[in-house]
Amino acid sequence: MTVDKHKVVELEEAVVRFAGDSGDGMQLVGNLFADAAALYGNEIATFPDYPAEIRAPHNTVAGVSGFQARISNKIIHSSGDLADVLVAMNPASLKANLKWAKSGATIIVDTDAFDEKAIEKSGYKKNPLEDDTLKNYSVIKAPINSLSWETIKDMGSDQKTAYKARNVFALGILYYLFNRDFKTTDEFFEKKFKKKPPLIPINKALLRAGYNYADTIEAIHSTYKVPAFKKAEKGKYRNITGNIATAWGLLAASEKSGRPLFLGSYPITPATEILMELAIHKSLGAKVFQAEDEIAGICSAIGASYAGSMACTSTSGPGLSLKSEAIGLAVITELPLVIINVQRGGPSTGLPTKSEQSDLMQALYGRNGEGPLIIVAATSPADCFYAAYETAKLSLEHMTPAICLTDGYIGQGSEIFKIPNVKDLPPINPPIAKPNDPGYQPYKRDAETLVRKWALPGTEGLRHRIGGLEKSDGIGSVSMDPLNHQLMCEYREKKVQKIADFIPEQKLIGDENGELLVVSWGGTYGSVFTAVKEMQAEGKSVSLAHFRNICPLPKNTKQILSSFKKIIVPELNLGQFVKYLRINFPEFEYNQFNKIQGLPFMVNELKEQFNKILKEK
Amino acid sequence: MEENLTVERSRVPLSKEDFVSDQMVKWCPGCGAHAILSSVANVFPKIGYKKENFMMVSGIGCSSRFPYYVNTYGFHGIHGRANPIATGIKLSNPHLSVWVATGDGDSMAIGGNHFIHIIRRNVDLNIMLFNNQIYGLTKGQYSPTTAMGTITKTSPQGTIEHPFNAGELVMGAQGTFFARVVDTNPKLMTEVMFEAAKHDGTSVVEILQNCVIFADGVHDQITAKDVRDDMQLILKNGEPMIFGKKKDKGIRLKGTKLEVVQIGVNSISEDDLLVHDQYDQDPGIHLMLAKMAPPLYPVALGVIRSAMFSTYDDMVEEQIKKAKATSPIKCVDDLLNSGDTWEIK
Repeated sequence: MTVDKHKVVELEEAVVRFAGDSGDGMQLVGNLFADAAALYGNEIATFPDYPAEIRAPHNTVAGVSGFQARISNKIIHSSGDLADVLVAMNPASLKANLKWAKSGATIIVDTDAFDEKAIEKSGYKKNPLEDDTLKNYSVIKAPINSLSWETIKDMGSDQKTAYKARNVFALGILYYLFNRDFKTTDEFFEKKFKKKPPLIPINKALLRAGYNYADTIEAIHSTYKVPAFKKAEKGKYRNITGNIATAWGLLAASEKSGRPLFLGSYPITPATEILMELAIHKSLGAKVFQAEDEIAGICSAIGASYAGSMACTSTSGPGLSLKSEAIGLAVITELPLVIINVQRGGPSTGLPTKSEQSDLMQALYGRNGEGPLIIVAATSPADCFYAAYETAKLSLEHMTPAICLTDGYIGQGSEIFKIPNVKDLPPINPPIAKPNDPGYQPYKRDAETLVRKWALPGTEGLRHRIGGLEKSDGIGSVSMDPLNHQLMCEYREKKVQKIADFIPEQKLIGDENGELLVVSWGGTYGSVFTAVKEMQAEGKSVSLAHFRNICPLPKNTKQILSSFKKIIVPELNLGQFVKYLRINFPEFEYNQFNKIQGLPFMVNELKEQFNKILKEK
Repeated sequence: MEENLTVERSRVPLSKEDFVSDQMVKWCPGCGAHAILSSVANVFPKIGYKKENFMMVSGIGCSSRFPYYVNTYGFHGIHGRANPIATGIKLSNPHLSVWVATGDGDSMAIGGNHFIHIIRRNVDLNIMLFNNQIYGLTKGQYSPTTAMGTITKTSPQGTIEHPFNAGELVMGAQGTFFARVVDTNPKLMTEVMFEAAKHDGTSVVEILQNCVIFADGVHDQITAKDVRDDMQLILKNGEPMIFGKKKDKGIRLKGTKLEVVQIGVNSISEDDLLVHDQYDQDPGIHLMLAKMAPPLYPVALGVIRSAMFSTYDDMVEEQIKKAKATSPIKCVDDLLNSGDTWEIK
């Protein structure tokens, strides 16, 4: 693979966006591109952007499925704002995605798809390849569909196959542009088409045909090389999505705690991958129960928890609503229960495939009665592993249900994950009651942590009954006593607040005091961190407190908030964390920056807001 | 009880007293639930599992206070959700004998979805369905089993809903075990519960229970002393279906329907009667028996259906066992290092 003809330009990083009809395989080629980069040694971050429909009407903007991959030679924390290269498989994809391309970006289009009908359906008045729509871009007009057919017509294939696999031809063009080799992708084809062997040479041929085509055309003046990330810490790495990382974090917590994993769940976008992933790992003893509905999912998990499993349920916003009553049951029975909520756009069905941070209030307060629980929010795809692990650890050790908030963006996005050793993860020691313990009482609490003991059915000498009715302190009989109820409500609240002694202090990125404190939480870490770092490099007095532990909050939260002149809280909602801060720390003044468009923050829009606040008197 | 090898048996003989809890039983005097409690306390020692291996689960309603009154492990859930909670318990620990106490509102209204799905899956546990045809704990509203036309607090002009027949619902959901008893026959109740415990799979025992406060006498048509012999067909496996005060009535199959016949009339003998086969895998006759109702038919009591099918929990264990034997991933470290990885040295 020599590149003689074109100049090779070395880049620190590049953002590539793939766009086509849903069903065109954009997610697939996007992932293949990212995997090839990762195995080469780049830092990567990916972000799928796809519609709620499986196959929305062909050639319409509504049906466009996108996948963004950012590759870099240094550490990155987000999938990037705007694309350097956009692949648009039809007019609708161009129409929907051109706004995500940098000025001057390379745009690769399948000219075969730009017929009159498709142009009209996309909403363009005229063929955008023929007017000045793309005058500020470098356009590669490739008849991808017909060239794909040309490539494979003598391989015993048909035109339908060529059409379906034309995404691989497009990928080949990108491999040329970025000087990639075929090895990992070839291996993927060999594995994926093991049961349909004729497709292996077809896909390999298409990949090479796209590559060779790019080598011959005039439109490409230079190719790019994004060198490997050299300063990476020693160790073993892989690419991982947030949902897979969540599932693995749960498995790790199960192994570490010695409590077998039980997952009771119901399919829901964008959380389903967790259910599917855990269903694969029966060899690790995971019992995965696909329930008849969200309520049965969590209730089966509560039953499994009572019986001694590390019990989990995974869902997204609407499912969390359905689980509310049952979460209260776990609160009052003081059982460990891990609830994974992969947030999506709401309310109601909302934007099922888009990301949002709008379930925070629901997680904090969405129950009848006083229902305190633990909340941890994952900050990135790879962090989902540690967030799920920490949620499970806190839940098991403190006998309290816990919600791990992730979101569609980090759940389905991916990044490089440094593979940990399970032995290096913190230990998990659930307070299991000993057989025939003469002092056992269901609601007898540890004096320091207020945690009750977990007595597993089948254990001799510990028969007891618990349930949703209020119980008397200690012995745990049904009790309607007014003072006992107040005492038990206060115990449950204090038990959760005491967990602040067991979580790390809030970290601050930047100086310990100064002009502006940016306060963010959960899945926005990548873009907020990048924005703050860039501003710090520009000499601005900006620091970042990005929260992972939401309930309880870290003990030094107030001290951090008090060390800055101004505070801004950017969130992908209308201001939920900021409300929570106002409840807990009303003495401070908070600025907000709220975006609720189903899209992640862009670094530039964050910087613009932060600079604006800095300038205000 | 060799049938169920997964639950460890008690090494010492147990008695009723081993299962009496220290809680005050707070059902109304005369409530049918007292008889059910007494039957459970009688049958658990006979079943013979270790007392720590019994697990009582309930939802919400009068029936659902049950776990507090039995000295076993117990979990009082939320309305309608006893069945999924029990599913989770059984899947988590298959070595428990799991019993669900639920009612017609709990399992057929708010928990109707869970009821059909637990039956469809055939999770190995026992559901005691207290059917008093009324919401008692909320003071007298009609339930999904209330007879059409019944006047209740929420149907002052009579209900206009078709009631569920529990047996029909169970068999519609491919149930493997269905039995029916009346709360006035504790001996039969104890026998049936023993059969339910023996059955591998979801056993549903419908208990026609009297609510003395809000639906008193709702089952009188079947249970009143003067009519009960003529209105109850107590099924015994392998025996012809005979009933009546004088044991002179029987059930035979005529065409595609069941028919009540008089033995000795029109030269009908015992040989013409249906012989009960509770183990028949085909639910056809079982369904017809479950649907029999006065005034044309007696109500079928006892074990109506007890068919052998694989259980959900057994299959879960089998899949895990197979995966453990064949998968190269034996621990989480294996998993983390599986697939495409690279090393930086």
